[in-house]
Amino acid sequence: MSFREKNRHVGIVGIGETRFSSHREDVNQPEMIREAVKDALDDAGLTMDDIDCVVHGNMELFEMVHQPDLWHTLGTGARGKDAFRLTTGGTTGGTLVGAADNLVASGMYDTVLAIGFEKLQEGHTTGGITNMADPLWARKLQSGALTDSAAVKAIAEFGADRAKRVAMLYRIIMDKHACLNPNSHRAFGLDWDQMEDLMENSPPLIGDLRLIHMCSQSDGACAMILSCEKKAKQQCDHPVWIRDHITVHREETLNLCVNHYPNETTHRFAARHLYERNGITAPLDYFDVFEMYDPSAWWGADWIRDFFLLEGDEHYRLIEEKEIMGGGKMPINPSGGVLAANPIGATAMVRVAEAAKQVRGNAGPHQIPGTVNHAIASSFGGTMWTILMMLEKELNW
Amino acid sequence: MKNSEESDSYIIHGKLALPYTYFAGRTGSTFLTTLRDHRTIMGVKCTTCNRVFVPPRQTCERCMADIRSQWVTVSNRGTVVNHTVIRYQDKHLPRKPPFVLAMILLKGADTPMAHILEGVNPDRVEKGMEVTAVFSPATTNTLLDIDHFEPVAEAP
Ligand SMILES: [Zn+2]
Repeated sequence: MSFREKNRHVGIVGIGETRFSSHREDVNQPEMIREAVKDALDDAGLTMDDIDCVVHGNMELFEMVHQPDLWHTLGTGARGKDAFRLTTGGTTGGTLVGAADNLVASGMYDTVLAIGFEKLQEGHTTGGITNMADPLWARKLQSGALTDSAAVKAIAEFGADRAKRVAMLYRIIMDKHACLNPNSHRAFGLDWDQMEDLMENSPPLIGDLRLIHMCSQSDGACAMILSCEKKAKQQCDHPVWIRDHITVHREETLNLCVNHYPNETTHRFAARHLYERNGITAPLDYFDVFEMYDPSAWWGADWIRDFFLLEGDEHYRLIEEKEIMGGGKMPINPSGGVLAANPIGATAMVRVAEAAKQVRGNAGPHQIPGTVNHAIASSFGGTMWTILMMLEKELNW
Repeated sequence: MKNSEESDSYIIHGKLALPYTYFAGRTGSTFLTTLRDHRTIMGVKCTTCNRVFVPPRQTCERCMADIRSQWVTVSNRGTVVNHTVIRYQDKHLPRKPPFVLAMILLKGADTPMAHILEGVNPDRVEKGMEVTAVFSPATTNTLLDIDHFEPVAEAP
């Protein structure tokens, strides 16, 4: 895989998020987007005059409104500006940041505004996801957004008892994080002693995936402003630098079950390549925080191993010893992650935004203790599309 | 007039039911007509990497070779390589829950295909279980001309 270093450094100078909720009847789509855009501009101390290009994205099939960018200028501020529209499923938000990163690094634009949004309450998410499948071979034979493939794999490897406990422990940890984040859509106040009850009584969806394990359908928007090094230093005292990003995907069904192809997941593949080309040999030691796109507790628990290139049950021990909480070896999703809020077109961007806020040290009540110098954020979409975004506090690599 | 910060907000309810067509292509069509007319399942073989794809495809994902003319017949029998139990109900699902969706590797094929598995307690499905295709009594001109798979009865 060929890879070139950027033409110039790119810094994050503005971050905006709406609160996430299933009740945003008070605003229409562009009005909700405007909240995030305004928040990002205010955060950066900029106006739309400073923005050279707008990149906009969501999953339009979810709301049954096509090409919303055509009339969303009311909220995006894109009137008269160069603009792009992107949609890549769950990874949309990560693709938006990646595109903005490339647009700035290339030298085409000095300052780019990336916007991801979704109003899942307006549509039918499972209907939308069902329609992503190949109409000829798969549309009538699939389970939509829900899968328990990670549960099957984990139970086969670690036994039902340990695997189910780890998944539920991960779920409760994420809820504890979500309770600290004022933007959370779902923050239940779960406690450790509810483990057994939830493992038995949360409604079953598919295989061993239960309702409590799964992410929500949320409304919300996220906006980020990226600038070239020169502009970023003028605009902002402490830009967060995007050191590198990687995006990979494949057709998953051919790879899932039979070992005809190397069975490395796209997560591990992406992580391995990203770390290799940046000289990171011990990612678990190097990074100070990880914002992961974790659509379910089963996936979240499983994927830690791939993202940090761990072996055996190292990822399970991180969860069991609660090392993924603030102050632990590798704090994961101080924001509560996707289990706390999933406005799909924004979700992956929120991971980057939240990781960047942790680097800045001003995430709010869910800021983790200690200095965050190096952060990583992941995006996920079906079928196994992975994006990893590497953030740095200092421009010193 | 109420202050707009306190007033309720309308929700516009609508429904889109959009018909669509999807062109199966010659490769997909050959598979479907053979299934319909001869109750035979066919795949295509990549002569570069020797993999047999079921359902068929015009190109090999790995080699990007054109494999459309390399037809091979595979068995109606195969083994379960993975499965899941659908426990929730929704309109798009092909059966009432609980039911089993399995990845089935047919004898002679190198890629598993997803299909419904019946005739077995959902909690008793095992990897490696031998299954056979049960054809639909009336044709649908889709992959559902295989109505479902079921376990091969054990020899007495
Ligand atoms: Zn091949």
